[in-house]
Parts: sequence; structure tokens; C-alpha cells
Amino acid sequence: MPAQFADRLPDLKRVRDVADKLTTPLHPDDYLSLLNPLWSARELRGRIEKVVPETDDAATLVIRPGWGWKFDYRPGQYVGIGVEVDGRFHWRSYSLSSPPLRDRRLLTITVKAMPEGFLSAHLVRGLEPGTIVRLAPPQGDFVLPDPPPGRLLFVVGGSGITPVMAMLRTLHRRGTMPDVKLLYSAPTAETMIFRDELQALQDAHATFEMHEQHTKVHGMLDLQEVDVLCPDWRERQTWACGPPGMLDAATEYWRAGGVEDRLHLERFSVELTGSGGDGGHVTFADSGKETDADGATTLLEAGEEVGIAMPFGCRMGICHTCTVPLASGRVRDLRNGEEHYEQNESIQTCVSVAAGDCVLSI
Amino acid sequence: MAISDVQEYTHLTDEEVESLGRELDDLRREIEQSRGAADAAYIRRLITIQRRLAAAGRITLFFSRFPPAWVAGTAMLATAKILENMEIGHNVMHGQWDWMNDPEIHSSNWEWDTLQPAEQWKHSHNYVHHQFTNVLGYDNDIGYGILRVTREQRWHPVNLGQPVYNTLLALLFQWGVSLHDLDLERIRKGQKDPKEMKRQLKQIWRKIRRQVGKDYVLYPLLTGPAFFSTLTANATANLVRNLWSYMIIFCGHFPDGALHFTEEELEDETRPEWYLRQMLGAANFEGGRLLHIMSGNLGFQIEHHLYPDLPSNRYAEIAVRVRDLCDRYNLPYTTGPLHRQYGQVLRTLMKLTLPNRYTSDDSPPPPPERLPKRRLDSERPGRRRETGMWSGRVSA
Repeated sequence: MPAQFADRLPDLKRVRDVADKLTTPLHPDDYLSLLNPLWSARELRGRIEKVVPETDDAATLVIRPGWGWKFDYRPGQYVGIGVEVDGRFHWRSYSLSSPPLRDRRLLTITVKAMPEGFLSAHLVRGLEPGTIVRLAPPQGDFVLPDPPPGRLLFVVGGSGITPVMAMLRTLHRRGTMPDVKLLYSAPTAETMIFRDELQALQDAHATFEMHEQHTKVHGMLDLQEVDVLCPDWRERQTWACGPPGMLDAATEYWRAGGVEDRLHLERFSVELTGSGGDGGHVTFADSGKETDADGATTLLEAGEEVGIAMPFGCRMGICHTCTVPLASGRVRDLRNGEEHYEQNESIQTCVSVAAGDCVLSI
Repeated sequence: MAISDVQEYTHLTDEEVESLGRELDDLRREIEQSRGAADAAYIRRLITIQRRLAAAGRITLFFSRFPPAWVAGTAMLATAKILENMEIGHNVMHGQWDWMNDPEIHSSNWEWDTLQPAEQWKHSHNYVHHQFTNVLGYDNDIGYGILRVTREQRWHPVNLGQPVYNTLLALLFQWGVSLHDLDLERIRKGQKDPKEMKRQLKQIWRKIRRQVGKDYVLYPLLTGPAFFSTLTANATANLVRNLWSYMIIFCGHFPDGALHFTEEELEDETRPEWYLRQMLGAANFEGGRLLHIMSGNLGFQIEHHLYPDLPSNRYAEIAVRVRDLCDRYNLPYTTGPLHRQYGQVLRTLMKLTLPNRYTSDDSPPPPPERLPKRRLDSERPGRRRETGMWSGRVSA
């Protein structure tokens, strides 16, 4: 049941406790979600209300979240979305592009289809309105402080515009647009997500100014140009979001300018493609212990070697006693060579090896 | 006689054991790769049906003072409990649906509608029973520490009461199962760590309180004037579920064809040999689709033991392939109609009430040697003794 209801009506908690005892070992939500798929807070859920095309390969998903979702996220944060494809849930993170608006009861994320990313392509082109998706709570510290600073600079490449859009919309909604400069790079004008809306914002607020860099025509934005486009960049709080190359260059430039502490970065993870390596650095999150494991050492053995009381049973992949959530990274199942890299997916440590660096939640 | 070496028992060569293992591995991979939307839809649909049945049953029992409502409500609740325990709970906890990456249908956090806490079940069943299947002294499912189900278990005068224990176990099956992971054998021998035992007992007690509270206190109270009829309905539903799951589970390893092994078999056992042991140690039963769903597809016990974590809805198609494999490798494949399998179980239980010398062994003969060794001359047809034309021609 939504936490905000429970806060308002303490009696509801008592009702829920009784309901819990009646539905044990299941939860009341397991039955309620039979009536409406959004009536469950066991796993955050959302229903796709609309898929709005933004450019040829980007679309905005308008999602109505179910019970348990809180609209108190901060502009710039991202959210996990789990989509079922062929029977399996796949998870990715996307920045929320909507401002935290409580009354509207909708949230939006904007997704660009990556050439190699089957899930992003599915999100942009294959999602029917009405589809139920899973959500993970918003997180991330690439956020606008409250109150916002007087002068801001955004340096954005491609779909890196999405978290910045949430910030700009929030500023616009409050009617207090500070002095904002946006340097926005994309291949062409047509591939620029939110171009129309940004231009409208520019018309509406004298204090907001956008520079469009069409990289196919003008080439990449040379950071030296920032001195011209935004001469006071050293005094501004800057948020940068875009491809890794751009962010690395920005870090370098801001460091050289001696104002690295004013630069806030968001490295949105590119969808993982291709195969990981053989073996890797394994971190056990709860204890902080670490070790290097080769491509033949199971994660169970690796953990035991550094003295972690790993759960185990058959040690041959049949009993599922040893399953541990994979916090991040990539592992390979020795039996079939299949690789697992979904965040928080449970993996069988007795038959899995590191395929690159990975972190286990144990 | 208990088997100490599966390979020797089945007369397979090293190469044959290896290739059998490879074929079974390939079959596993094939099924793994073909898991998809249809399988996910199957388990979701079943879960939806089960929850609706449970809800409908509980609601109907508000009118349980009216006998037809009592019957209908009890039937729905019993069916829901059976489905939950067998095709859903048991299989989800095996990790058969973990591949869906859905935390709501996942082995790590499923809790089932019976007294045994999921955590203890996963240890005693998924690990101990499935790893050490039918190995004497290792697998506690051989008689559950209270019954003598194979001639290799030593007779004790206590076994004279076996018909009574068996009946009690059938009636109170969920209570028996709830104590399973405590390992009665080890408690008897004083090998059980008291701290671990206390932890387990506490966990069982918590689960019992919730389960009993729901079925025998809360729902009866909630139905008000129908308190007593709801109570009897819930007790009947639990009883029906107990009897049914008892029978299905006893047909898995106690019919005549299911063999037992000594601990020597475990020494250096390879994966193909583990497969072989699973095939020899399990017994199937035949039936229609509905029977298989109601029994959690445990009628495909052999397939379940080969692949405990592959989705149960695929066992039927796996069975066709496994049977073919058994034909080709000349391996026994134990199956039969449910009534016959259970009949064998009962007969064995009754026979083993007495010491071995008073009864006969019903286990089938080992498979015949497939490639007979070189025949003796006396086994061949007589040969011509005269040299005849042959020698004549040579000398000419």
C-alpha cells in the first residue's frame, strides 16, 4: 500500500497487518494486483500510458507508477526500468525527464535507441501502451540543488539532455529561471531531442540561452569555444552529461581551469555489448573484500578464498542455495557460457565465473 | 542390493557414460535456450488461477453453514493449496523460474503455504535430497527417518508399527515435512548442534503460528456464525492436500524400480554418473495433463531429478527424449499408472514391517549385459569338421 496513505491514516497500517495475517505466506498485494496490476508495492510497477516519438530514434515513455512510488525525486535523478522481453525481465537505468510533479501522477523517461542495444530499441519501438513495467526507486546525485545557484551552465551531448531537461522543466515550472546557458551537441537538428521545447523555453525566458552544436555540420564542440560561448564558465556551477569522451575532455578542461569542483558529471552507462573478459576483479560489497579471479575460478571459490562465508549446497548448479545478487559487472555461467549482467540479477556462484570486473551483494 | 557403482551396474563403458552425460547436458542447454514468453505465461497463468481459487474458496466459506457452499469452498481451497505446494511452490523454490529475473517468482524469496519454512525446505530437499538422491546414510528422504522403505535399511522391532506410522504420516504430512530438516536421524544419534536446532525450531514455530493462525483462528473468526464450519472446511482442505502430496511424493522414490546406492558410489562420482544415479533412483507415473499439473509434474520424477531447475512445464517433452536415451543405452526407465506405483509402495511398506528373511525382494533384475562377451564354442552352432573341397582344391 502506498506509504503516503499509511502515513495519513495510521489505521490503514492496522488493517494491513490483519490482511497480512490472512494472506500469509503471500502479501495482500499479491491478491490485489490480480484486480489492478498497479495495486502492488512488492515490486514498484508502472503502466506505459503513451509512447511519444521525439526524434527518429528516441521516444518519451509516459508511465503511470503504481503503489509505493514517491514523487519526491530530485530533477536529474535516474530510475531503473525493468521490461519483460521473451519471458525475462531486463533492467536499464534512464534519467527521469519529467519534473517531480505530484499532482499529475505520471512520470516520463526519454530513451534513445542505441544501435547495438536491443532493449533501448525495444523501449523506443516495441512498447505498447498498457504494458506493465517494473520500476526501481529514483537515485543519483546528478541533481539540481535547492535553491538552485544563480548562474548555471549545462554541457550536454546527445541523449544526455534528459536529466538536464528535468532540471530545466523544474526551473521553468517554478517561474524562477536563473541565468542558464546550455551547450547542446547532437549530430543534426533533427536528432536533437526536445529541440522545440528548448527553443520555446528560450523565447519564454530572457535568462535562458541555448547554443546548438550540430556535430555533423560543425564538428564536435571544441571546449576552447566555451570561453567564447560562455566567458564566465569558471564562475558557474556546471552540469555535464553525454558520451564518455566528452565528459573526459570536460573533466580535463575544468581541472586545467582550476574549477573542477564546480563540474558535476553524469556518466550514463552505455548498454553493455559484446563479451566480457575472462576472469576479473571481484568485490564482495558487504565486507568490502576483494580478489582477482581467473576465468576458471568460480565466484563461490573466490569468495571462500578471501574468507567469506558464502552460502553453498551442491556445488554443481542444481540446488540454487548459492545464489547471490550481482550488484554490477558481468559473470559467465560455466555450464552454457551464458553471460549475466543485469543489475541485481541473482546468479549461481558455484557455476559462475567473473567475465570482467564484478561486484556481488554479499 | 544397494548399488556401489552405477557404471558397473548398467554395464556401460567409459565412453558410453561420457556420451550419455554429453547428451543430457546438450538436452539441458537446448531447453534452457528455448525458455521464453510461453513458459513465463504458463507460470503466471497458473499463479493467477491458484490465487483466484484460494480467494474464491475463502469467500465461499463465509456461507459454509450451507453444506453445498462448504463442499465447494473446501474443494476450491484444497485445490489451491495443492497447486501452490506442488506445481508452484516446490518448483519455484527449485529455481525453475529464476531465469525470468522476476523477484516475485524467485527461489530466493518464495514462501509456500505449508508449515515447513522455505529456507529449511531448500536445504533438506534441493540440496540434501537432490544431491545425494537415494544414497543410504545421506539422503534423509529414504523413509524420512521414521519408515523402513528399502531392504537395505536394517530391521528394528520398531518397524512393526510401520502401518500405523505410515497412516499418521499421510494424514499429518505437512507436520511431518515441517520437521524434515531437523534431521531426526541425527537428533537420535546426538549429532545435532543444539544451537542450530534451536534456531530451526524457532523458525518452524513462527511459520506454524502464522499458518495455523490463518486457517484455524482468523478465517473461522472472520466468518462469524460460520466459525465451526469454516474451521472444519479449512482442516479438510489441509487434510486433502496432505494425503495427495503424501501419495505423489511417495511414488517418486519408493516404487519397485527405484534403486538405492551405498556411499561408495559417491566417491569420485562424475556428473554423468550423477545423472545415471538420478535415473536409476527415481520413478515416474503416467497420467493426463491435469494429473501432472496437480502433482507438480512430479510424475516426471526422473526428468525432475535430472534437471531439478528446468521449468516443470517442459518435463513432458524432456521425458520423450530421456526415454529414447534409456532405450539406446539399455537403461531401465521406471514408470506405470499412479495406482500401480502407489500399490507397490504400500506393499513394500507392509513387507518391510518384518525382517527381510520373511519376505521376498521386489526390485527388478539389473539390466542384462548388452554386448555379450565372446561366446563359448559350445554356444555356437556346430562347425563342419571335414576339410572337403577346400583342402582338395589347395592340394590340386
